[in-house]
Amino acid sequence: MKTNDVILQTVASVSAFIILTFAAYLFFAGHHEPGGGFIGGIVIASALVLLYLAFDMETVQQGIRVDYKILTGIGIGLSTITGVGAMLLGYPFLSHTFEYVTFPFFGEMELATSVLFEVGVSLAVVGATMTIILSISEDV
Amino acid sequence: MSWLHFFILLPLLFAIIIPILYKKIPKIHTGWFVVIVPLSIFVYLLTFVPMIAGGETAMYTLPWIPGFNIDVSFYVDGLGLVFGLIISGIGTLVVLYSIYYLSKWREALHNFYVYLMLFMTAMLGVVFSNNLIVLYLFWELTSISSFLLIAYWYARRQSRYGAQKAMLITIFGGFAMLAAIIMLGIMGDTFSIRELFAQGDQLVQHELFIPAMILLLIGAFTKSAQFPFHIWLPDAMEAPTPISAYLHSATMVKAGIYVVARFTPFFGGTMEWFWLVTGVGLLTLLWGSLLAVKQRDLKALLAFSTVSQLGFIMSLLGMGSAALYYGEGELAHLHAMAVLAAVFHLVNHATFKGSLFMVVGIVDHETGTRDTRKLGGLLSIMPISFTLALIGSLSMAGLPPFNGFLSKELFFTGTLNASSLDIFRMETYGFLIPVIAWVASVFTFIYSIILVFKTFFGKYQPERLEKEAHEAPWGMLVPPAILALLVVMIFFLPNVLSDYILEPMVASILPALAGQFDFHIEAWHGFEPELFMTIGIVVVGTILYLTLRKWMGLYNNLPRALTITNAYNSGLRGMESISRKITDAHMTGFSRDYLRYIFVIFVLIVGTHLFMMDAFSFETANVANINLFEIILSLVLIGATAMVVITRSRLAAVICVGVLGYVVALFFVVLRAPDLALTQLAIETVTVALFLVCFYHLPRLRKKEDGDGFNIPNFIIASAVGILVTLVALSANGHRIFPPISDFYLDAYELAGAANMVNAILADFRALDTLLEIFVLCIAGLGVYTLVKVRLARGEKNENQ
Repeated sequence: MKTNDVILQTVASVSAFIILTFAAYLFFAGHHEPGGGFIGGIVIASALVLLYLAFDMETVQQGIRVDYKILTGIGIGLSTITGVGAMLLGYPFLSHTFEYVTFPFFGEMELATSVLFEVGVSLAVVGATMTIILSISEDV
Repeated sequence: MSWLHFFILLPLLFAIIIPILYKKIPKIHTGWFVVIVPLSIFVYLLTFVPMIAGGETAMYTLPWIPGFNIDVSFYVDGLGLVFGLIISGIGTLVVLYSIYYLSKWREALHNFYVYLMLFMTAMLGVVFSNNLIVLYLFWELTSISSFLLIAYWYARRQSRYGAQKAMLITIFGGFAMLAAIIMLGIMGDTFSIRELFAQGDQLVQHELFIPAMILLLIGAFTKSAQFPFHIWLPDAMEAPTPISAYLHSATMVKAGIYVVARFTPFFGGTMEWFWLVTGVGLLTLLWGSLLAVKQRDLKALLAFSTVSQLGFIMSLLGMGSAALYYGEGELAHLHAMAVLAAVFHLVNHATFKGSLFMVVGIVDHETGTRDTRKLGGLLSIMPISFTLALIGSLSMAGLPPFNGFLSKELFFTGTLNASSLDIFRMETYGFLIPVIAWVASVFTFIYSIILVFKTFFGKYQPERLEKEAHEAPWGMLVPPAILALLVVMIFFLPNVLSDYILEPMVASILPALAGQFDFHIEAWHGFEPELFMTIGIVVVGTILYLTLRKWMGLYNNLPRALTITNAYNSGLRGMESISRKITDAHMTGFSRDYLRYIFVIFVLIVGTHLFMMDAFSFETANVANINLFEIILSLVLIGATAMVVITRSRLAAVICVGVLGYVVALFFVVLRAPDLALTQLAIETVTVALFLVCFYHLPRLRKKEDGDGFNIPNFIIASAVGILVTLVALSANGHRIFPPISDFYLDAYELAGAANMVNAILADFRALDTLLEIFVLCIAGLGVYTLVKVRLARGEKNENQ
């Protein structure tokens, strides 16, 4: 069954970018506003799901050549390593720190090591969610 | 984090890149890369020797879970260091040997070396840990890595059987030890071995002292293959020979001895410890040597010999613990000699048994068999292997000029001293100890001779061998040759070893006597009873060996049905059938049954508790006002729930579940929890997409065929769960005993630099929760993936048929 879904595809490809931008905003807002790594990851996953729904699986896979299982592993590995990093410096596992740094263009900004941890969380969330959805939808 | 931490974890870290090395550089045997690891650990540990010989110790601590007194603290003293040197030293030789033993074309080398490195870290962790919980962690890791190594050739049924047996028995012992560790933690309010020992004198009177001792010994005995737990060791010989040489003679089986030695300052000096350790040790010594003589497989012979020798060392530790009873003076010094003999033999055993295993591996590798009935006459074909075997065997038999002689003489001294004790009721039974020791030594002599003579003398029968015998390549001969060289060197220079290595070791086993003694090991000590015992062994042993055929038949009279292995097998079968029955009774395959069980048990446990504790309370004082908007949302919630139950259309049910999710999200908005609302909305969206994906393939909802659609038990269970959850929720609100901890998180901006409190909790304060959550998510993802893909694969196979 092949249907003509030009409108859906056009809307999806535009709105996917909007959603991904929103996801990026949510991710970085997390430290001070509602948002964060987990929710950022979920929103990225929903953008991807939208693309998969609008286009067929092969088309999207050609554009986004990512093995989501490996992505999950990378995410978990990254989060764990940020925890181990603290141990190497003699602090308890998963200790995080933050610092205010003045940048030439952006002015004073906060840099926190927990952002790295959150990146890992996001990747793991995207990877696991997409693994689940894709393996179920591939099972025809 | 110290260098010691790094070197203990080095094998584990290296294990990560082994598979990459194996795949990317297939031309070079992976072992050549791996051999660097134990070698560098060995060299690093050698730098501790001068410090330890000077009577000092070192402690390196890394905080882990300070709230529970758990930290990764490694402690270097004589005992730990010698074990560390044996682990890394023999480890280096074994890896070198395995390069020639395991073919790089045919074997799964990456698995082999990963398991081996896992094991090495585990073993180093056991001997250096000062924290009992960490020690237990590494202890179980040795069991697991040993399981993987024994089952390395997992296609063979015997390998799997042996691996399972070893793991069941040693992990059973590990659980006993965990209980002991918890008891020790309760007694001393610490998991640090140092701190525990400091309170040793007060804790002797504690009611948990004896139970903890017995449980700890069970752990040690299972690991060190003491009677009656020894049955796993011969079956563990299914592992490749380098593994047998490493784990099952030199290192892992000595972990039990390590634990007994480590805890001697704490438990030693009591009658129970003395008798348990000495008695079990002697029994194992005798039983192992008797059974070793009957074996036809060379590796099985060595396995029983190891069992016997472990009993030897164990009994010496038991006898030496009497020194702590005296505390100081001449008698204490006399019994401390037994501990010296124990640690001396520990080192000697690692050298000669390691080399013997490797020689047997060479014989197996070059002839294709280990059966003494097929072997013979290899002397002229494999002269170097013969020399190495001779050195090892004579040392094992306790003859000069090899190191086994020295430690065996000291052993006899120890037994004679122990038999003259007038404490612990030794005046009645003491005479038995030297007698048992002597008889066991006669049999030790016999099997040592069998090993050499049946293999290398007699008639060469090439037609019975699987391949034409020839001498091994030099790479296989070097590691046992190094060990054999040590065997001889230790005989001639025992006091160098004693001064630098053994005395600090004795000092850490008998801290009360540290610095009071100065041992001197002599090869010639005059015409003492010990010497006559040795002469008697040679004479009686030779006669018995020559008349072997006449009395070997006696072994056939042992009742087969009464062996411990038989008991183990039938026990295993019994447990399997019982658990199968239990499983069959409740695993029906219907999720409605499982839900029923879960809910009934939930209601019973929580409901009974609520009722018994009289815990229900309904408090309206701290309830916030309910506004109209919330009432409307609640009504929608209830309506949607009812619709899910009533509707006959799956689409309607899915939509109603979606409504539930979005209404809950609205509640979060109303109650000012934007983070939760956001997450709930996003999750709900993804879930709906998931439903869309699989909706097309789901079967139609059908009315249950049997019954009238109203199931009374289900109704009762459902109502009970609903009511109970409501009651618990109300009670939870009614009981405010402690002030809420949320005030702490109000400081999130100062503590974690995050204005968003929820996120500070997720990423900073309780990051471990988040980390474990993404692990759960990952496992769920992989679970779905495998469930779907495995089924697909099977379906494809069916299509092909």
